[in-house]
Amino acid sequence: MTTRFIEIMVGLFVVLGILALFMLAMKVSNLSGLTRSDSYEISAYFENVGGLKVRSPVTVAGVRVGQVTGIVYNSDRYEAQVSMRIGVMHDYFPIDTTASIYTAGLLGEQYVALEPGAEDDVLKTGDTIEFTQSALVLEEIIGKIVVKLTSG
Amino acid sequence: MVTATIQNLGHWTLSLFERMGRASIFFVRVLAAVPSTFTRPRLIIKEIYSIGVLSLTLIIVSGFFVGMVLGLQGYVTLVDFGAEESLGVVVAITLVRELGPVVTALLFAGRAGSALAAEIGLMKTTEQLSSMEMMAVDPIKRVIAPRFIGGIISMPLLTIIFTAVGILGGRFAGVGLLGVDEGSFWSQMQANVDLVDDVANGMIKGVVFAVVCVWIALYKGYEATPTAEGISLATTQTVVNSAFAVLGLDFILTALMFV
Repeated sequence: MTTRFIEIMVGLFVVLGILALFMLAMKVSNLSGLTRSDSYEISAYFENVGGLKVRSPVTVAGVRVGQVTGIVYNSDRYEAQVSMRIGVMHDYFPIDTTASIYTAGLLGEQYVALEPGAEDDVLKTGDTIEFTQSALVLEEIIGKIVVKLTSG
Repeated sequence: MVTATIQNLGHWTLSLFERMGRASIFFVRVLAAVPSTFTRPRLIIKEIYSIGVLSLTLIIVSGFFVGMVLGLQGYVTLVDFGAEESLGVVVAITLVRELGPVVTALLFAGRAGSALAAEIGLMKTTEQLSSMEMMAVDPIKRVIAPRFIGGIISMPLLTIIFTAVGILGGRFAGVGLLGVDEGSFWSQMQANVDLVDDVANGMIKGVVFAVVCVWIALYKGYEATPTAEGISLATTQTVVNSAFAVLGLDFILTALMFV
């Protein structure tokens, strides 16, 4: 067992460890997410965000274009303010774009779906989406059904 | 009778404090010897080889099988809810947060910790440590500290490798054998695993467990009774105490990090 052999093996060991860490960073977690330079931020107000979380996806026509970066309650509007970061390659959203919160699958995670409008002006950094549709809350729907059944 | 019981309790408490004190003093002495050891990297490299590189086979094989079992079990449960796309998240979160650090630490204690304790215990029994002292060589600096640094460098690396290989094992079982969609396996994983909250916290666990396991192994070897029986006792205690310490600490760290 020469020193040379031991040093080569230890070197390989360290390389293997770094490769594994690289895989955990790039492939398992989302380090390769959007950075400040290649994205812009817009926000939308929702009456109810349901189970939406920070880092939930933002999609257009089912294609992921960005992610939710913050959810805070705005006490002036009595609504939840959702900030979203969108990749710069998707900078063509008209200002009358609609934002809705949907659920992926029956029990899946919630996401923001954007539906482009028809105006010529497009959304820029700091703009707010005016047309929104809140998350469906199962209890509310059940409540409505119960009211309908009992009143009729 | 009552007095004897109370006396036993008192004796046990005092000896517990004595052992804790000895272990702490030992730890401080090792830490004090660490800086001067870095001037002799050859010693450290040799220890990384015997502690880390030689544990690689065990870690990689175990990691792959643990990941495969997670993939199979997760699939069986998730498919009932029609949520088998979440398999990637289940496998990755379980491995990154818990199983990676904990199983690596337990395997490490069994594979490398016991070897360290036995080696140092035998050095003490055959009076190699005292002969070093005779020659004015500090055994803490020459023998203990390089093993300490080697272990603390090796084990976090082994944890990372175990976790990565485990995720590949989960992918093999889920995507390869059971036919989960590969795209959603990875994309759901990426959407739900956070680099700081999950991966970095898991690595912190790995480092903490490394310090604890190596410390216990070196201390048990260094304080072993210099007989054949003493060495066997030290080896056993190393594995048992490491397992208790790792599992107990894991609960505390999880409570601090993820709740």
